[in-house]
Amino acid sequence: MVPNDNSTLAPTAALSQLRVLEAEAVHIMREVVAELERPVLLFSGGKDSIVLLRLAEKAFGVGGITSLPFPVLHVDTGHNFPEVIEFRDRRIAEAGHELIVASVQESIDSGRVREDDPTASRNKLQTRTLLDALEAGRFDAAFGGGRRDEERARAKERVFSFRDEFGQWEPRAQRAEPWAVYNGRIRRGEHIRVFPISNWTELDVWSYIELEQLELPSIYFAHERQLLRRDGMLLAVSEVMAPHYGETIETLMVRYRTVGDLTVTGAVASSATDVASVIEEVKSSEFSERGETRADDRTSEAAMEDRKREGYF
Amino acid sequence: MTIQEETGIGITTDQRELLRLATAGSVDDGKSTLIGRLLLDTKLLLSDQLEAISGRGGAPDLAAITDGLRAEREQGITIDVAYRYFATPRRTFILADTPGHERYTRNMFTGTSTADLVIVLIDARSGVLVQTRRHAQIAALLRVRHVVVAVNKMDLVGFSHERFEQVTGEARELGKALGLPDMSVVPISALDGDNVVDRSARTPWYEGGSLLDILETVDVSADRDLERSHLRLPIQWVARPHADERRVYTGQLAAGSLNAGDEVVVAPSGMKATIASVDTLDPDRVGAVPPMSVGVTLTTDIDVGRGDVLVAPENQPPAAREIDATICWMAESSLAPGRRYALKHTTRTVRATVQEIIDRWDPETLEVFTQPTHLGLNDIGRVSLRTSSPVLADPYRQNSVTGAFILIDEYTNETVGAGIIRHAREVKPPLEKRRDITWHPSALDREDRWAALHQAGATVWLTGLPASGKSTIAVALERQLLAHGRAAYLIDGDNVRHGLSDDLGFSPGDRAEHARRVGHVARLFADAGVVAVVSLVSPFRSDREIPRKLHEAAGLPFIEVHVDTSIEECARRDPKGLYARARAGEMKGFTGVDSPYEPPVNPEIHVPTTSIDVIDAVQLISAALERVTLQE
Repeated sequence: MVPNDNSTLAPTAALSQLRVLEAEAVHIMREVVAELERPVLLFSGGKDSIVLLRLAEKAFGVGGITSLPFPVLHVDTGHNFPEVIEFRDRRIAEAGHELIVASVQESIDSGRVREDDPTASRNKLQTRTLLDALEAGRFDAAFGGGRRDEERARAKERVFSFRDEFGQWEPRAQRAEPWAVYNGRIRRGEHIRVFPISNWTELDVWSYIELEQLELPSIYFAHERQLLRRDGMLLAVSEVMAPHYGETIETLMVRYRTVGDLTVTGAVASSATDVASVIEEVKSSEFSERGETRADDRTSEAAMEDRKREGYF
Repeated sequence: MTIQEETGIGITTDQRELLRLATAGSVDDGKSTLIGRLLLDTKLLLSDQLEAISGRGGAPDLAAITDGLRAEREQGITIDVAYRYFATPRRTFILADTPGHERYTRNMFTGTSTADLVIVLIDARSGVLVQTRRHAQIAALLRVRHVVVAVNKMDLVGFSHERFEQVTGEARELGKALGLPDMSVVPISALDGDNVVDRSARTPWYEGGSLLDILETVDVSADRDLERSHLRLPIQWVARPHADERRVYTGQLAAGSLNAGDEVVVAPSGMKATIASVDTLDPDRVGAVPPMSVGVTLTTDIDVGRGDVLVAPENQPPAAREIDATICWMAESSLAPGRRYALKHTTRTVRATVQEIIDRWDPETLEVFTQPTHLGLNDIGRVSLRTSSPVLADPYRQNSVTGAFILIDEYTNETVGAGIIRHAREVKPPLEKRRDITWHPSALDREDRWAALHQAGATVWLTGLPASGKSTIAVALERQLLAHGRAAYLIDGDNVRHGLSDDLGFSPGDRAEHARRVGHVARLFADAGVVAVVSLVSPFRSDREIPRKLHEAAGLPFIEVHVDTSIEECARRDPKGLYARARAGEMKGFTGVDSPYEPPVNPEIHVPTTSIDVIDAVQLISAALERVTLQE
């Protein structure tokens, strides 16, 4: 690392924002493992959780250890991009981590949640599946890849976000978090969500992916896909997403900025086939990540706040 | 400054310097408008976000950007700290946007606690107000290094140079009174954008840079303490790889630099060690500087656990039991003398009792009241605390990591206070005797008591792994002594944890404190003429040294018995199923599994339980008791 235009800064002292954010995230993760009994890492196969997994491997992969001191949990909506599931299975197997898959379909089949419309988004339904999985595993801390730059309610959420025995978030009763002294105390049955990359932006995530040369599912890069336009978004045609009357199928070069439920995650027109060109596109983008590509957050001003209160990621 | 990092395969990742800043204020001051303006003019506010905040007449309502929670939008106020992110080609910024109202002082305190720089907003029409003072005082208390005073609404005073100079004078006076080290003053109009991002033509008399220029160029290179002799590495988590690998001690560097070959001391034990390797997470970097998260190995494996701190030999922190601190109180229930809380300081949590409240700063009037009865929500006051175990504390003015702590209510688990350490003291009873407490001599001599009982007192201290057979031997010993007409009493370590030590856990620090307390209790029993039979894992040599020294100083016999059973045998017996749970990862800090046991080097009695049964063990101990008590 070479500071190129500030001679007063000794080379050894210069730290980039990525290394500072990395140090902060690793500190948070080690703090959780030291203070809580049964953490778990939420992994969707999306870029934020890929960064999170890499940070966990760096935090705990020391002295020749390769295993993580906690398992990896995927809440599978059933509305997946096949490329992401393939990536998930390969990435976790290669690293030798323990993978738990909690299936929304199973929650529906067992009557834990009711699905009125099988082609609608399962975003809201997965909250129940997630809470059931946390309870079944007796997990008391769940690492998530949430970032504060994503959305207005998230901008005010703590790094250690406390959930009551029903998994609910109370934004008005959050614990103060001065400095980097985290309070991980909970009662039995309660848990905390922990967001080690709270302070990262979308650009930081992409820059870190480049710096650490992390592999991503192929849908993050420009590819040809059949899509339909709905509510101003480009949605992938699939088993659960067929055109309504009057909608036409188009074939376009697109990539995804986020990975979510297939039925609500929009693609963006793109020609970026590698990380560096994605970074260029992110820098010049006029739309925020969630606004452009997540129909679920556009329903109301407080859509995310309401879902988070119920126990969403 | 742009840092370009070359990676192995020739990719040049764009990396910049990070600056954390905080603002405080209400909508009236134009704080939210200013932030909106910064985001808008650095093009960080994106089209859809702009659309979501469109106000009347289509012009963006800049203030609405920053209020994220439903209640805040409904009431048009900022309640909680919100974090905003923006970047320029030179730096990336994390901005903590905090409320200015005294009812949310705790949130202002929290948002400011991580800041390298604060922006203090002043309305050009009104000059320095109570809210300005409140925010500046909190910035001074938290020792924020850089302050930018933004004199806002210059458009409403006709961009008057004279008015700006008046307000600047007031601000400089305030800065001087509070000892703020580095202050710039900039005239702006957040609404119109003057001097926010670009220099304004409407302030030709102003020679400094725009607000963003200042944020981009303020020199923070001296803010981090890289002085090697100031080393502070609080240990967070210890990785225990296979037997042939060295343990890795991890933590986030709070001060100093760290390189392989450095001599360090482990506080509080005082053991010396040499750094064998430093993992900085960055393959291109060999040495560590703050605030890197590191993993280090030592040339020899010594006992270092969470809560210990690696420090430079020439500059060791006190193992403090008395702390003078300034506390920002964050809970509805008030802080009062005598209340007890959990105190979390870096990676160590202890119990703290409030001894005294010295003063209280009223956040509304900024008045200071001395000797208040309590601190209420949002009050800031100076208190003195006494802790159950040592805290490796530095004054906050020297180190904002090892000088800070939080207080936790142990019933609600809420974070109820944030503390800034002013002074931390070791309490060594022989050196700093309290004048108001003296050892009260009994009217009777020890000989009188012992003669009445027809026996001499002594302590038998059984140490060994969990399930090694300590309790079995202790119970049999107590029974035999009573059967022979001697007064004996079994002090079981677990039982003491139900009462006297119910505030302690199983960290090395808490184990030491537990052993100290049991040692004192045993000494009192022995002094009374009873044979105290102590059954306590007491895994650390240093912890068993404390009771031994106590007894030696009091002239009382102390018999250390090592109940020596192999770990495999203990795990096989495992009457309470504890080894199974510890090995399954359900219990942490379990001696023999993930916490070490240091066998006595030279115990009075050694009982290998595979060759000596309970009856023989009791005979051995009884015989030793006879010998030492006859000598008395």
